[in-house]
Amino acid sequence: MSSHSADLVIIGAGIHGCSAALFAALRGLSVVVIEKDSVARHASGVNAGGVRRLGRHFAELPISMRSMEIWHRIADLVGDDCGFQVAPQIKLALREEHLEQMRRRVAAMNGLGYNHETILTPGQVRAHIPGVSDQIVGAIASLEDGFAQPFQATFAIHRKARALGARFHEGLPAETVRRDDGGIWAIETAEGTFRTPNVLVAAGLWAGRFAESLGEPVPMRPYAPMMMVTTRLRPFCNAVVGAADMPLSFKQMPNGTVVIGGGRPGLPDPETNRAEATFAPLRLSARIVASLFPIMAEASIVRVWAGLEGQMADGIPVVGASCRHPGLYYAFGFSAHGFQLGPGTGEIMAELIATGHPPVDLTPLRIDRFRGLHQVA
Amino acid sequence: MVLEIDVVVIGAGPAGLCAATRAAQAGLSVVVLDEQAAPGGQIYRAVEAASAARRRILGPDYEKGLDIVAAFRRSEAKLISGATVWNVATDKLIDFSQSGQAQCVRARAVVAASGALERPSPMPGWTLPGVTTVGALQILLKSAGMVPDGVVLAGAGPLLWLVAAQLIAAGAPPLAILDTVSPRQMLAALRHLPRALRAKAYIAKGREMLAVVRASGVPVHRYVRDIRIEGNTAVEAISFKAAGGRLRIATRAVALHQGVIPNQQISRLLRCEHVWDHGQHCFRPILDENFETSEPGLYIAGDAGGIGGAKAAALQGRIVGLHLANLAGRGDPAELRAARTELARDLAIRPFLEALYAPAREILAPADGTIVCRCEEVTAGSIRTRVSVGAPGPNQVKSLIRTGMGPCQGRVCGVVVSSIIAAARQEEPERADYYRIRPPLKPIPLTELAEYPEMEFEIEAHEP
Repeated sequence: MSSHSADLVIIGAGIHGCSAALFAALRGLSVVVIEKDSVARHASGVNAGGVRRLGRHFAELPISMRSMEIWHRIADLVGDDCGFQVAPQIKLALREEHLEQMRRRVAAMNGLGYNHETILTPGQVRAHIPGVSDQIVGAIASLEDGFAQPFQATFAIHRKARALGARFHEGLPAETVRRDDGGIWAIETAEGTFRTPNVLVAAGLWAGRFAESLGEPVPMRPYAPMMMVTTRLRPFCNAVVGAADMPLSFKQMPNGTVVIGGGRPGLPDPETNRAEATFAPLRLSARIVASLFPIMAEASIVRVWAGLEGQMADGIPVVGASCRHPGLYYAFGFSAHGFQLGPGTGEIMAELIATGHPPVDLTPLRIDRFRGLHQVA
Repeated sequence: MVLEIDVVVIGAGPAGLCAATRAAQAGLSVVVLDEQAAPGGQIYRAVEAASAARRRILGPDYEKGLDIVAAFRRSEAKLISGATVWNVATDKLIDFSQSGQAQCVRARAVVAASGALERPSPMPGWTLPGVTTVGALQILLKSAGMVPDGVVLAGAGPLLWLVAAQLIAAGAPPLAILDTVSPRQMLAALRHLPRALRAKAYIAKGREMLAVVRASGVPVHRYVRDIRIEGNTAVEAISFKAAGGRLRIATRAVALHQGVIPNQQISRLLRCEHVWDHGQHCFRPILDENFETSEPGLYIAGDAGGIGGAKAAALQGRIVGLHLANLAGRGDPAELRAARTELARDLAIRPFLEALYAPAREILAPADGTIVCRCEEVTAGSIRTRVSVGAPGPNQVKSLIRTGMGPCQGRVCGVVVSSIIAAARQEEPERADYYRIRPPLKPIPLTELAEYPEMEFEIEAHEP
């Protein structure tokens, strides 16, 4: 077999592409990964690192649950702890109506057989977050979730995949993806044509143009979530914290710095691969944080950054087989919450590609779910 | 409403002041943002306020700053002092803090004249209390008129000899001077001497400084290598190899220096193109003849664009000011030509100085055990280990072991980290590249960010 052919070619070396490469290699497939920049260059390497099942869309829960099992054994799997730590994920309620919505959510989850989400009283919240404001009326939590170091994790997954024989081509954009008469896929690059019976498009924000060229357009827009990190503070919070009705994700790292994210977008420019941070919207994040955690009045912001991500119109990703072409697969559009899903997505895609059957129901994440919709304004 | 200005100059050293003065003389609206309380930059720090005694110690070159500041004061350019610039966006919105308040201003053209930084001198013991830099000693002398007792100066560069002469003039001679220039460097410099003679004044000034040091009787150790700063909780001694073998000097104060390098935080923040300067052993932004970067409308004048010294900085600032005047239809071609000629003559000294005062090898390639990133206490060895497992550049190493993630934003360690990675990968520093610099350039209190000015348009927030 030439160096340019493989059982599977993956476009994109983010956490989904690298995880799929790892699990496909574990199944004995020969794998090539083509990456236009470098491993974990964009959203996978610079996200907030939340390993969160809490609050997942029902359509994502099967992947999220499977992924969580992998996260708990990630050190054994890839030979690097990935900075993964178990920590409660807690979403605060400041108003009774929000707490009521949370109670309904837990009941619905229990009805589906998911028991990881639970309601916390203000006293229980304080046990996890001694520094929290006394305005809170309760919270919803998933106590066995956690966080990881995003670049370290994606880099480690890539290294393990490489050790198992996956070949990575970095700095090499995939130009076109076509299927020849014999049913073999040809991926054109500046370093020649890669041939394979199976292609997985895991190109994040840049996946849309491949899907469109293959007759499966999707409504996805560039999105650049911003994050900020503070100087070191004494430990006051061992949970990853969000809040109902407020764009916020907040956690204190083991070294004392606090990472604040949660959806304030910067300015994305997919053409230049840049995402520029802009401070006016961060004023609001700073206010929310200062009101929820009085200790944060002592903090200074050391660094602000934004990652480039693809945001789907319905906020959930495309995961699964193409609806038009055999041997074509997709995993993209994770809409700024895909990091936790990475290992699970990789394992599921490897099984789907190797056996023809996904181990979980991916129907709600099909690429043709937008068919019949079109832009009017 | 955000204030819109024709030209915003960042930094009130000679480059910034001259650019501002000349652009304002042509009728452009000009604002200068500067961190200090008064104009002058590092080189002419506090020059307006300096007493006659302090001016005598600092010498006639320092006094030249008075003319530059006076011309600026006479112009219509506005100085916002005590202002720390912490972000420059591609749309030329500049964020800064003054008196604990975040503010912003929008520019049509930005002149970054943010000067130079001292090259860090990573070596055993360099992070011990009691170790400072020669530049920091000079700041203390200029701004407070204070000098340390019995300090050992170690390293190389014109500033080292200048400060030695100034300490002697102030009646506080250094305990000893350790000169790391090697015989090979002296030989290499000789080759550039004929050209350097075009800028004779520098040679004369250099000889004068050396004569002052010689006459003072301060011990000077030549060809010094393998420096170690010793001490448990603070400096107790400095030891080194010199012609006479290994020596040790007991001291409680050490000031290090290995020359200066461009402060590239703003040009990096804006993703301008940079090259590795083999003469200066550092990165510098690529500039055209008008000192414009690859980012249209962003100009860099003075040492931030490559080390040239105070006089070259003033000339570059004037050229940028004249160019901006020209764009506004109010140029002076004859003055512009004269400034370019004078700049070329002034820069003739640089190849000689660069060859003579090249940084010591042990500084560019520190031993494995030496701390390189002070903020996060990362050693050279742990950087090399990450390269060996496949990290391709400074940004990946930064993500893995936090080099350059501390409050200094990589200003101190950036060039060393790039050099170490390039050497380990056996490639050019340009290929290894540099940290992607993120805002804020200096830490900003969360409470201050919470009061950031409201903008007319804000992007809708989206809950992930």
